[in-house]
Amino acid sequence: MLTIKDLRVAVNGKEILKGIDLEVNPGEVHAVMGPNGSGKSTLAYVLAGRPGYEVLGGEVIYEGRNLLEMDPEERAWEGIFLAFQYPVEVPGVNNMYFLKAAVNAKRKHQGLPELDAMDFLKLAREKIRLVHMREDLLKRNVNEGFSGGEKKRNEIFQMAMLEPKLGILDETDSGLDIDALKTVAEGVNTLRDGRRSFIVVTHYQRLLDYIVPDHVHVLAHGRIVKSGDRSLALELEEQGYAWVEEAAGA
Amino acid sequence: MSTAVANLDHYVAAFEEAAGRLPGAGMPWLDAFRRQGLAAFERLGFPSTRQEEWKYTSVRAIERERFALATETCAGLVEDDLGEARMEGLEAHRFVFLNGRHAPQLSRPGKLPTGVTALPLAEALGMCPDRVEALVGRRVAVEENGFTALNAAWFTDGLFLEVEPGVELVHPVHVLHVTVGRDEPDAHHLRHLIHLGEGARAVVIEHYIALGEGVYLNNVVDELVLQPHAHLRHYKLVQEGLQGRHIAAIDTHQLGGSHYRSHNVCLGGALTRNEIRADLDAEYAECELFGLYVTDGRQHVDNHTRVDHRKPHGTSHEFYKGVLAGRSRGVFNGVVYVHPGAQKTDAQQANHNLLLSREAEIDTKPQLEIYADDVKCSHGATVGQLDEQQLFYLRSRGIPEATAAGMLTYGFAHDLVEHMGLEPVRRLIEELLVRKLPHAAELQGVG
Repeated sequence: MLTIKDLRVAVNGKEILKGIDLEVNPGEVHAVMGPNGSGKSTLAYVLAGRPGYEVLGGEVIYEGRNLLEMDPEERAWEGIFLAFQYPVEVPGVNNMYFLKAAVNAKRKHQGLPELDAMDFLKLAREKIRLVHMREDLLKRNVNEGFSGGEKKRNEIFQMAMLEPKLGILDETDSGLDIDALKTVAEGVNTLRDGRRSFIVVTHYQRLLDYIVPDHVHVLAHGRIVKSGDRSLALELEEQGYAWVEEAAGA
Repeated sequence: MSTAVANLDHYVAAFEEAAGRLPGAGMPWLDAFRRQGLAAFERLGFPSTRQEEWKYTSVRAIERERFALATETCAGLVEDDLGEARMEGLEAHRFVFLNGRHAPQLSRPGKLPTGVTALPLAEALGMCPDRVEALVGRRVAVEENGFTALNAAWFTDGLFLEVEPGVELVHPVHVLHVTVGRDEPDAHHLRHLIHLGEGARAVVIEHYIALGEGVYLNNVVDELVLQPHAHLRHYKLVQEGLQGRHIAAIDTHQLGGSHYRSHNVCLGGALTRNEIRADLDAEYAECELFGLYVTDGRQHVDNHTRVDHRKPHGTSHEFYKGVLAGRSRGVFNGVVYVHPGAQKTDAQQANHNLLLSREAEIDTKPQLEIYADDVKCSHGATVGQLDEQQLFYLRSRGIPEATAAGMLTYGFAHDLVEHMGLEPVRRLIEELLVRKLPHAAELQGVG
């Protein structure tokens, strides 16, 4: 589904990703872990197409296409979804209107008829239950005045509405208490259907107790220094990141 | 002889020819007032960009024309021609003016409550000249500039509204000015006089639209008086035509505990200049000035505002926003003047601008002048582009870039619309706003 080969990326002239290789197959959950500043969020943003990232080398092939040549909106239509670490507040734009525009843009791209207000609301009510989000948040401006937990729920709710093929969760656990974390993780787990894939970027092992990964990769100084199964995450939890950094010869 | 001077002579000659036919002709006080206006205009001419107050707004395009005073009314226009300007669902006392003159066939004054006089000014001059005299020229000086002088000489019509003490005018007064484009350039000089007695309440919608193409000038003076505890909501919506120019001076005299709220929305017209002043002349007076300008092409919109806090415990909140695209240009100049002794003044002012193109331009100048020591005052101005993070967030959800830009722009501007209490006005402005933004078609239903 997704093949990343020797990806090198710079931000403001500084090389952040120094040769990433990663292969994600349908239905798999990959956890990308690493200390602060290792390049985890950069990887997430580059996959979603955020402007301002300079690709120095390598390639990303998504379902047979060069992902890096696609606009962010096109990536969304083709099934990529990024749950932001810091969901953006958008004053003056109604949450419901925003999401309806997003869902219908994707449907249009897929050649499906657009949802009318009634059908959209029905779908939204069904999905909003997945993340135990208050329905009145739909009527508010996008993320404006939402608590940290509400913002993260809103991200997962959007993901449920847009039904991506590849969900990228960027530090979705940060700033969440344990109950909110469980709710958000449950929401993600209900979207795991054997075909949909996830890249879960996280600093802490904690989230992986609830979203159990098939593969764990450790990122340090812009490189994947170690890959393994779930036990690698537990090892990191016990020993911290110091040893991987040393192992990376940084 | 320069064109400008020749054109000044044109107005003087035209005045001599038309003076006897102007409304109220023959009333000595009014004849004298008009003569005073003409003399001031001869002396002042049109404002030039060398004058500080007109530094960023050139009226050369007006100076170059030889505007005729529109004399004929456009018969044959029917209600349906007013289209959406009727504001669906609006229950109002409607007065329609066509090319500067009252058009009774289109007006629907309805039944006015006891204690309310609402008339076209030209009629009021016949029916209650003393009460008109008591208001004309009291707030806006004839000699203020060439436009106010011209207006004094030439004004033909407008709204005359008087509400007696304690009376509430429940339904708004909708003053709709329609300009029907003609082959030769027309000027319309309108004067609105509003007097609210103690504790009286009213809502007025001042609305300008154009039908068809044509070069014209609407030169407007509003003189408003709010007696103690009176309450006025004043909507002004400028949708002038592509070649329409709109110059206005609005002055409100506020007495103790009175409340004035202005919603000033500029969407159309080649050139719009509003000079809006609130004179808080007694304790506990309060004014709120909200403004929104959305421009594209080569439009020019200039809002000059001034709030005078003369007595203690006054409150003024001013909030203006602009969205500028194409090669359009905006000017915001806001003065808040706190006079000596106006303690406990609470004055806030902000002007925020969104530039959608490299060629668009805004000159913003908020000014606080404070001569009292126990006050709470703040002001600020910003000029920016669309937020990259917000744009990316929307695009990452599959919203095409152009639509995302439109949504963000709408969101920026909508702030100023959502506080409008009058639903039908708000709906129309939301609709006009969407239409004015880039990629309007993709924004249907955004409200």
